Amino acid sequence: MAEYRGKAIVKGVAIGKLFFYSKEKGQVRRTSVTDINAEKARYESAKTEALRQLGEIYEKALKEVGEENAAIFEVHQMFLEGDEFNESVISIIETEKVNAEYAVARTGDNLADMFAAMDDDYFKARSADMKDISERVLNVLMGGVNDNTPKEPVILIAEDLAPSETVQMDKNNLLSFVTRLGSSNSHTAILARNMDIPALIGIDIDKAWSGKEAIVDGNKGLLIIDPDSDTLSEYEAKLKKQKEEKELLKTLKGKEDVTLDGKHIKLYANIGGVGDVADVLKNDAKGIGLFRSEFLYLESDDFPTEEQQFEAYRKVAQMMAGKKVIIRTLDIGADKQVDYFKLDKEDNPALGYRAIRICLQQPEIFKTQLRALLRASAFGNIAIMYPMIISEDEVLKIKEISSSVKEELKAEGIPFDENIEEGIMIETPAAAVISDKLARLVDFFSIGTNDLTQYTLAVDRQNAKLEAIADTHHEAVLRLIELVCKNAHEAGIWAGICGELGSDLELTERFMKMGVDELSVSSARVLPVRQKIRQSKAFS
Amino acid sequence: MKTFTYTITDPVGIHARPAGLLAKAAKTSGSKVTISANGKSADASKLIMLMGLGIKCGTEVTVSVEGGDEAKAAADMEQFFKDNL
Repeated sequence: MAEYRGKAIVKGVAIGKLFFYSKEKGQVRRTSVTDINAEKARYESAKTEALRQLGEIYEKALKEVGEENAAIFEVHQMFLEGDEFNESVISIIETEKVNAEYAVARTGDNLADMFAAMDDDYFKARSADMKDISERVLNVLMGGVNDNTPKEPVILIAEDLAPSETVQMDKNNLLSFVTRLGSSNSHTAILARNMDIPALIGIDIDKAWSGKEAIVDGNKGLLIIDPDSDTLSEYEAKLKKQKEEKELLKTLKGKEDVTLDGKHIKLYANIGGVGDVADVLKNDAKGIGLFRSEFLYLESDDFPTEEQQFEAYRKVAQMMAGKKVIIRTLDIGADKQVDYFKLDKEDNPALGYRAIRICLQQPEIFKTQLRALLRASAFGNIAIMYPMIISEDEVLKIKEISSSVKEELKAEGIPFDENIEEGIMIETPAAAVISDKLARLVDFFSIGTNDLTQYTLAVDRQNAKLEAIADTHHEAVLRLIELVCKNAHEAGIWAGICGELGSDLELTERFMKMGVDELSVSSARVLPVRQKIRQSKAFS
Repeated sequence: MKTFTYTITDPVGIHARPAGLLAKAAKTSGSKVTISANGKSADASKLIMLMGLGIKCGTEVTVSVEGGDEAKAAADMEQFFKDNL
């Protein structure tokens, strides 16, 4: 038994035979030709065939991964039909009197190098497209497709997989992907996610493994080869449980979040980084109700730049494709310390210099984040949420800063969503009690039940000795939640819950009756909460 | 020769799909359409070269149209940019 650790890009367990896949790349040789016209004709007919294949792949991808992800193959067709590719191939054939294969390979390499040298990520990524296109034409020129795709269900291992390769495989024969290269946003990852099969990257695969029995543990990022019988039976049990859960939850996917008596709830997910979006989509949350932006600060040795932040927010907004993404501004301080903020030691950090308090005293940090958030809002449906509010005065100051940042962007001609929703967290008893006043100033409320409970009960949630009295169902907290919902509705705004309590199934029905409009829970809890909502009544 | 300037508002800049449409439109215009930005220029009918300019959101591009029915081609191009980029 041997274990290899990689990075899991799609969770889950798979058991099966390993199958090594490699693109049978024939060696391209440079040979001199005498009949240049015949060589050009060979290229033209190979190009026509390649275009036909791309058309077919586009149609297939359309069905399997959707319009947005299939568009790449339409773009491949456009590149191949464009003048430059053709002119370059023809010119190499004519001037060097060489074979079409060599001319195509060189053209592909040259164009790939040109894109690889560009500084923008989007344009850089087009380099792989150039290679994919030239390899397709080469494949036709060199005698057609070598079909070495699996013929029975296997765990596919490969160096890397190009988009066109994954699309062409028979999905019934794929239990899992394990590759050495690739990223969590690669086409293969998207496909694995859509098919809901576990996938690992970053494992130094060996083609000698082909044919061996193996286990992929996409929860731990493990590939286990030749498992012993104990391990195998342990994973067989996991696989069985996984299948049962999937069956149950499949019936809930795509279903509306609506109570028996017709109240619609926005059921969103909480995330702590770009990598969590996959789980959000997999579990069919209708949006992101809390995107904790702290990871940008915690993973960094210095203040993250506007550009770094913008990239992260934009990515999430785009991956969510128009669904709501509520991003909370930085919540550093208290239990989340960062060295470069140089915060003083405090006796009582939970009540200290943290979150919005830092933002309002050090507005340069705040403005950088707001600029990044607003710029990203041009790419999707972003809303901004401010934490740790206790007064109207704070909200007014925030609005002043946010307006000045918007004016700045306008003056610079940078696009952003001018109707962006801005809301606040209700996580202090103060904010809950004056929520009637706060509601007139903002677009929504999101109740952070963890802090609200700790502050209302004056019980430290980290202290194990207090566990017995840390009653998360305490009537005081529930009454505050009810008050916040009532005040929100009177002012015509919505109110949600993004704390732990949101996924407490014992309270789901009570929340519905209180008028909670949104629940944001961890991805894994989305479908169980959906099930509970659909069994609850809101009005009786 | 007719020229106009336009500031790109598409968030990803001149990316593959609109670039493909632009190349087609330029080719059928009957005029020679040149795009310049960041000190470089490219024939708009050439998709790969056009993308090689790496034009991002917020960049001001200069479009020049030469030969054929310049007035009409320039007006069509300007409309194309407004609609797609």
